[in-house]
Amino acid sequence: MPFTEKDVRYVADLAHLELTQEEVTKYLPQLDSILQYVEKLNELDTSAVEPMAQVTYPGSQNAALRTDVAHRNLSQDEALANAPEQGAGSFKVPSVIEREE
Amino acid sequence: MKELTALTIKQVAEILKARQATAVEITEAHFARIGEKDKQVRAYLSLCPERALAQAKKVDAAIAAGEELGPLAGVPIAVKDVIMTRGAHTTCASRILENFIAPYDATAVERLERAGAVVLGKTNCDEFAMGSSTENSAYFPTHNPRDLSRVPGGSSGGSAASVAANLATVALGSDTGGSIRQPSAFCDVVGMMGTYGRVSRYGLVAFASSLDHIGPFGRSVHDVALVLQTIAGRDPLDSTCAVLPVEDYVGGLSGNIRGIRVGVPHEYLQGLNPDIGGNIQKGIDLFSKLGCEIVPISLPHTDYAIACYYIICTAEASANLARYDGVRYGYRSPQHADLRDMYRKSRNQGFGAEVKRRIMLGTYVLSSGYYDAYYLKAQKVRTLIARDFVEAFDDVDVIVTPTSPIPPFKLGEKVDDPLQMYLADIYTVTASLAGIPGISVPCGKTPSEPHLPVGMQILAKHFDEATLLRVADAYEKAGGFEIS
Repeated sequence: MPFTEKDVRYVADLAHLELTQEEVTKYLPQLDSILQYVEKLNELDTSAVEPMAQVTYPGSQNAALRTDVAHRNLSQDEALANAPEQGAGSFKVPSVIEREE
Repeated sequence: MKELTALTIKQVAEILKARQATAVEITEAHFARIGEKDKQVRAYLSLCPERALAQAKKVDAAIAAGEELGPLAGVPIAVKDVIMTRGAHTTCASRILENFIAPYDATAVERLERAGAVVLGKTNCDEFAMGSSTENSAYFPTHNPRDLSRVPGGSSGGSAASVAANLATVALGSDTGGSIRQPSAFCDVVGMMGTYGRVSRYGLVAFASSLDHIGPFGRSVHDVALVLQTIAGRDPLDSTCAVLPVEDYVGGLSGNIRGIRVGVPHEYLQGLNPDIGGNIQKGIDLFSKLGCEIVPISLPHTDYAIACYYIICTAEASANLARYDGVRYGYRSPQHADLRDMYRKSRNQGFGAEVKRRIMLGTYVLSSGYYDAYYLKAQKVRTLIARDFVEAFDDVDVIVTPTSPIPPFKLGEKVDDPLQMYLADIYTVTASLAGIPGISVPCGKTPSEPHLPVGMQILAKHFDEATLLRVADAYEKAGGFEIS
């Protein structure tokens, strides 16, 4: 099933990317060729194979969890230091809820 | 005395001990060379001279006071710009983090500084470590010090180039699908990725979490072993970091590899560019001379690795990069109608082309209706690829392959064809998917003009870094780097 311009726009929307028409035109054949290429995985019968989500090795199970005690973390000022916009100890964003008049 | 910028870690220690130079002098010699040479190479994105000189002065004070020095005292080190360095820019070579100042140090950086290392600055890379040439940096490309018209490889191209051009003694990079090993091969240096979980990733900006590693570059196996030994080991701040004790890798570099079984997978040599294949064969012959047993092996699912890797890494990247929304840090587009519009404009203006391509691919393979066909399928194929290695390691101790199927290419040569660029990662992504350790070491130059660097990759079992490094070191001592 070929990848279409509509698919590019749909995926960009899901990923919160606002693409220009020029970008859509550029990405379409690139994404299409990559998706066609990865189809080759279907040559393999994996019906009896477990998926591998993470590399596991002996001794890895939970052993690395630290004890549940509070430790020093970033202060409020440090956490806000990289904010594009801040105020009153918070991150500022455009209004989310419209005010009723 | 050798140039202060051309020293190994051992030589730095000797020179400091003999008071032939101070740590400050060694640091200043590096900044002087960077000021001159890095105009052409462009390995660094930013420098931190104040931090470096403060650390060097501490080392000199410790020497003057007769205190015991750390194993990396006074050693100048470059750090890839995807690794956090407190109070300094950490941009990931992206516009979206152009003004980001890291609020803490990565564990690897903290451990290196505790051992006395001097952080000189942050190195260029492909944006968010996505690429194989460092041309995806939002700022500028880095040039290969061995041939300035060519790429240094990627994504850790700046780190590899800094070590190759004597702009740092050692460097840290990150490796997700070959981003340390391939630039090592292109720049003619040594680079290593430990077992998944061997080195803490606390402070490494996440790209693909089931594949990301931090690892070292150096001009010798010994230097790489010493840096790895310093940064490896349990970190309570990274729950994926293994609790297994770290072996004395440096102490194990005996030069004796008699009886080691070296596997050679035929899938990796079929159809290989003869310019590279010839050198690899000579490397294999050298192992034979050193008393190793050469064992032909098969890794039957190799041909599926690229497809598997690019589904998994893009899926994970799309999730990890969702955090860049212009709210808590990073770039925020100045014009926007509402919150959603702000997310979309900030992300589209802040990310470069390759990052957007991978976010879209990853979003697609995880999207409703396609998850099973792509992502789950790739995870199952990953099991098969990992199993290939488990079975191969029943019969061999290490596996030897080329690092890259191609020598370093010209800047701009491959930028318009992402799939062709992806396909060149074939020899490195398999070990990443399996989670085993790998090293790339120099393996002579291509026989034809213009005689470009060739890299040999050596792989070992999970957590068998000691054997891997011993084999690589013996190969170096036997002249393998200058094979011809």
